[in-house]
Amino acid sequence: MNTGVPLIYFLILAAIMFFAGVYGFLTRRNLITILMSVELILNSVNINFVAYNRYLYPHKLEGFFFSLFVIAVAASEAAVAIAIIINIYRRFTTINVEDVDTMRY
Amino acid sequence: MNLVNFSLMRHELLLVVAALLILIVEIFASSKSRKSISLFSIVLFAVITIVGFLPSPTGTLFGGMYEVNNTRLIMKNILNIGSLLVLIQSVTWLNKDENHDKISEYFILLVSTLIGMNFMISAGHFLMFYLGLELATIPIAALAAYERYNNKSAEAGIKLILISSLSSGVLLYGLTMIYGTTGTLYFNEVAQLYGNENLQILGFIFFFSGMAFKISIVPFHLWTADVYEGAPVNITSYLSVISKGAAVFIFIIVLFTVFPLIIITWQKIIYVSAVLTMTIGNLFAIRQQNLKRFLAFSSISQAGYILVGLIGGNQIGMASVIYYILVYIFSNLAVFGVVAAISNAKGKENIDEYNGLYKTNPGLSLVMLLGLFSLGGIPPFAGFFGKFFLFTAAAQNGYYILVLIAVLNTIISLYYYLLVVKAMFINNNEAPIEKFRSDFPTRLALGICIAGIVITGFASIIFEVIKNMSFGV
Repeated sequence: MNTGVPLIYFLILAAIMFFAGVYGFLTRRNLITILMSVELILNSVNINFVAYNRYLYPHKLEGFFFSLFVIAVAASEAAVAIAIIINIYRRFTTINVEDVDTMRY
Repeated sequence: MNLVNFSLMRHELLLVVAALLILIVEIFASSKSRKSISLFSIVLFAVITIVGFLPSPTGTLFGGMYEVNNTRLIMKNILNIGSLLVLIQSVTWLNKDENHDKISEYFILLVSTLIGMNFMISAGHFLMFYLGLELATIPIAALAAYERYNNKSAEAGIKLILISSLSSGVLLYGLTMIYGTTGTLYFNEVAQLYGNENLQILGFIFFFSGMAFKISIVPFHLWTADVYEGAPVNITSYLSVISKGAAVFIFIIVLFTVFPLIIITWQKIIYVSAVLTMTIGNLFAIRQQNLKRFLAFSSISQAGYILVGLIGGNQIGMASVIYYILVYIFSNLAVFGVVAAISNAKGKENIDEYNGLYKTNPGLSLVMLLGLFSLGGIPPFAGFFGKFFLFTAAAQNGYYILVLIAVLNTIISLYYYLLVVKAMFINNNEAPIEKFRSDFPTRLALGICIAGIVITGFASIIFEVIKNMSFGV
């Protein structure tokens, strides 16, 4: 049924995206870029779900639907996060995490 | 869907109605009558809490995606009680002038997080679980950033939302592996297919890490102290008690119903994380000066004790965890109530500013003393019985060394809880916090907390009821 790209390619792509996202989350200094890294993680999840569904369980659509919900929830998460980032910008006049450091160990 | 089906979802539907009602009242309230919104919301919520205790049918809905049984009902009721206490405690803070125009926002956001937690606890499918989890975490970030003109509050909000989205990402990545290896996401179907293949173990570890962020288990605890310190005190108490309680509840349900076949694996993981969580939480709590930070680390170490309770995977373990959360709600809210009262009245949050508190405010100091004793596990109070049951559950399965470590940690925790007690009762202070009279809602909430600490400790029937409703692996 499936010709062409084998499943493992998708999984490797998703894994690379996931860990790129985690790396970006930990090393980036701009809040918007950190948010983008989170989106990268969530999209890698979507790829994984869709690929598993298409290749291994094509008769049930659970994976497809789950990825739809993940997209919707990620959007709402980004909305709240950006609202808070705007507030951060008003308070600190910067969105660099190095400067948003009123609390630390 | 008929009426019986609807009554299965009673907790959630009532809360949805409550959120809508508060929204409508908000639209029609004049600027003078705004303060009565909090009274209205609290009365509404109290009614919902009481209705929640009425006997309810059990069963499943939406083809097994939503499930109600007695264990889950009692969990929801415990969360309702705790949220009611938090709401009553926050009235003083909400009546301040700067919060005057956004009182109803607070209630709507808080009720929607509770809806999310209830759906999460009732989940029978990972999709429902995930949606509930997100509904429970996203509004809390908005609540943490509630004080718009406070730098710390904004910082706490952004830290919470970023960490919670990262943790959901990690959790979802684990879910994809669960889906990939079993082909289903229903709890009961995954339970039969989930074995010890490498990918399945990896999926579980990702899932566990995602949950560990939410429960703030070491090494995923680093956000806790900052968020707890920056958020307004009443939100902090909600985060540390209700949010964490709900996450623990669903965690224990998922561990016991979805992953019973890999119990050997998760016992090892939980063993290590329990030891780390207790020890690191306690050691860091000793050096804290800010009370909210101090309570953040104390709540991390409490999460460690909870892990000790659930490691055995037996029925008494589950019962003791639920009972401990109940006790923890009362004790922690007693402490947080005092911290909130003093912070709202005088703006003081450091331990050394509490020096000599007993001379000026004996009532508040006594409540704080009882709460701290209960958290520390000193015998006549409920906290002792909670810890006792947790450790019994672990000892039943032969985890004697773990119990020994846990008991040693209890002693460390007594040291730093008593540091606060010493500050209040023994240390001299030229200018202690002046005498002030807290208003009726604060006193009511603190009274309920104290009654709860005493009653849940002495009434053994509560533990018996919880035990009868619990189940093991």
